[in-house]
Amino acid sequence: MKDLVIHSIDAPRHGPIDAPACACCAQDPLRRQTLKAMAGAALAVGVGVPPARAEGDGPQAGDWLVNVDDEAKKPLTSADIKLEDKPVIAYPYDPAAKALRDGSRLNRIVLVKLDPGSLDAATAPRAAEGVVAYSAFCTHQGCDVNSWVAADKTLLCFCHFSKFAPQQEAAVTAGPAPRSLPALPIKLDGGKLVVAGGFSAPPGKAA
Amino acid sequence: MKPNLPLAGIAIAIVTLAAQAETPPPYPTVTDARLASPEPANWLMYRGNYGGWGYSPLKGINDKNVGKLKLAWSYATGASEGHQAPPIVNGRYMYVATPGSQVIAFDAKSGNEIWRYKPQLPAEQLQLHPTNRGVALYGDKLYLATVDCKLVALDPKVGKVLWTTKVCEWKDGYYMTLAPLAAKGKIMVGPSGGETGVRGFVAAFDAETGKEAWRTYTVPGPGEPGNDTWPEGDGYKSGGGSIWITGSYDPQTGLAFWGTGNPAPWPADQRKGDNLYTSSMIALDVETGKIKGHHQYQHNDAWDWDEVSAPLLIDTTFKGKPIKAAVHAGRSGYLWVLERTADKVNYVEAWPYVNNNVVTGVDPKTGRLSYDAGKTPGTGKGAAFCPGLWGGKDWPPEAYNPNTGMLYIPANNNMCGLLPAGEKVKYKPGDLFIGYPLEGVLGSVRVPNPDQTVGELQAWDMKTGKLAWAHKFKTFLWAPLLTTAGNLVFAGGTNDRLFRAYDATNGKILWEYPTPSGVVGVPTSFEADGEQYIAVQAGWGVDAERLQGAFNAILPERKVVNPQGGSVMVFKVSSK
Repeated sequence: MKDLVIHSIDAPRHGPIDAPACACCAQDPLRRQTLKAMAGAALAVGVGVPPARAEGDGPQAGDWLVNVDDEAKKPLTSADIKLEDKPVIAYPYDPAAKALRDGSRLNRIVLVKLDPGSLDAATAPRAAEGVVAYSAFCTHQGCDVNSWVAADKTLLCFCHFSKFAPQQEAAVTAGPAPRSLPALPIKLDGGKLVVAGGFSAPPGKAA
Repeated sequence: MKPNLPLAGIAIAIVTLAAQAETPPPYPTVTDARLASPEPANWLMYRGNYGGWGYSPLKGINDKNVGKLKLAWSYATGASEGHQAPPIVNGRYMYVATPGSQVIAFDAKSGNEIWRYKPQLPAEQLQLHPTNRGVALYGDKLYLATVDCKLVALDPKVGKVLWTTKVCEWKDGYYMTLAPLAAKGKIMVGPSGGETGVRGFVAAFDAETGKEAWRTYTVPGPGEPGNDTWPEGDGYKSGGGSIWITGSYDPQTGLAFWGTGNPAPWPADQRKGDNLYTSSMIALDVETGKIKGHHQYQHNDAWDWDEVSAPLLIDTTFKGKPIKAAVHAGRSGYLWVLERTADKVNYVEAWPYVNNNVVTGVDPKTGRLSYDAGKTPGTGKGAAFCPGLWGGKDWPPEAYNPNTGMLYIPANNNMCGLLPAGEKVKYKPGDLFIGYPLEGVLGSVRVPNPDQTVGELQAWDMKTGKLAWAHKFKTFLWAPLLTTAGNLVFAGGTNDRLFRAYDATNGKILWEYPTPSGVVGVPTSFEADGEQYIAVQAGWGVDAERLQGAFNAILPERKVVNPQGGSVMVFKVSSK
């Protein structure tokens, strides 16, 4: 038996998906048919894909932060975050609309309070009374980064052991995560924790 | 003027391609009869046959020539994480599923890619176990269960999507990683999510249309038999009993045998009762979905001992008595021999194949276990226990060889666990629902004596119930098994990237090959143009990687980091 026909997945890039990519293809109805079928597959896969998140879906300057488990949606204060203790997971809350910005997991924020003297030069200006905020969505496979390792003062992702140093822009110190957690600048407004700007990078997992 | 040689070469290549294109190989229709009695040349389903044996009757590659086994072809999948799926072969077509719910179709002999299915997955889905364990074939369709809870039917010749059916809600923490089971015109699947408080089920879909035929929950609701084993409120709704390994099937009785996952949350005192049908085996009538029989391995499980591996269906003479057995090497470290009948599952015998210090007794009539309360963690109460969370054997499948009469188990011995005090936990759809501090779960592995071996490839004589041999490793073993009529057992699963062949009679290593990553994939075998091949995916990840991280934490002097990245690897004995 002869080898199977080879259908390169790149072929459609050379032109319309059902157009022959080269002279030989025009004489090869089976190949054309297959490319058409593959086009169908690509379209079918496209159906149901959620639309890309808009810029406005994420935390905005002026947003409050509320604990994801707080049904009353009370704004978090600096006093709610205990020094070097279990992190708090929060959502951004739009005070004008009196609603959560977006309940997507991509909007989850991990808050931890650190000794302000331990923060590096990039992290200190984003912090408020030692409270630092990062995307809680692990850059590896999207699990919540919500555990605290007291021994080395790092944030830990339960799923695959990635560790992040919240004192140093949430740099990866262990595990498979490919990049640091996006940082969220925050400030204080009468004790309330308030978002001071957007994420330093889009939250999400590795491609 | 010089002839333009490079151009001439291109022209020849084009002509060759066109010539090949006119002769696509036929796709042999996959019938019930073929699945019930698969040809040795093909590997049509997850474990090669409905009995779940992981056995190939081919013997072209055997204990005499396996030392000459060479790589025939390999292929980089472009994906990372755990590559666990078996290469499925029908005629000249090979299908490999990868993490990210991709399927790649190959010419099984040359390794040339025919098509690739690459779905777009939801950006915000968390993936606790980023893997896929393979495709199912039935009729003229190929079936894939995706991580975002869809059952997809593809045209096996060109990869076109024929239909897609939503099975569950990924936003609520449900996801699918198993290879579907195909029988009697139905495609059966179930959800993962034992750590996110799913309510497990097996659901069957019409193979032709994708329409749901039935759905049977592994955790019974009000009015259903077994609901009284969940005496407290609505606990059954988030009670676990996930389904993430393909069931086995007996065509004579029409019963499919599925293993079920742990109950949720983990602290047993937060869900009083026996918690049927978690950590159990259930026998489902494939026509109706009705539970015809069951055996619960652990009532009110407290140790995350998922029992998701389906039993191997072995008709044998066990200790002098002919029985139709259902055999299961449990996460608990107990080896179970059950008897399957047309409408019932009977307990026969169970014994520990690795050290278990939790079980204090086994009821000789029912097989119900008694537990040592001091080894049972719970809310506000930590405990140490053996085996630990990853068990005596996790999901990597055993194998049965009818020639040697042996059952092979990829076991871990003296790999124990220590859980800190459990916490009261509230169910929230889509969130983790465990009940122990997460850093305590990750750091739970304990090896009481680091000089003792851990991994054991064991061979049990299924006529006598006696251990025939054990090949032991210093490291843990995460090795799905293949056994063949060539008197061989194939296994990876060690952290040194090696894929090996063992003598099936005595456990001696006869061949080994260093793969680009580690092997946690299910190996298979097939024949093309009269030659036997061994196929497997390399690609370390998921729980093997997690476990390695736990070992690195407790034994830093033996730290190992395995590289990631998937490869399909196909071997044959070189005739030269």
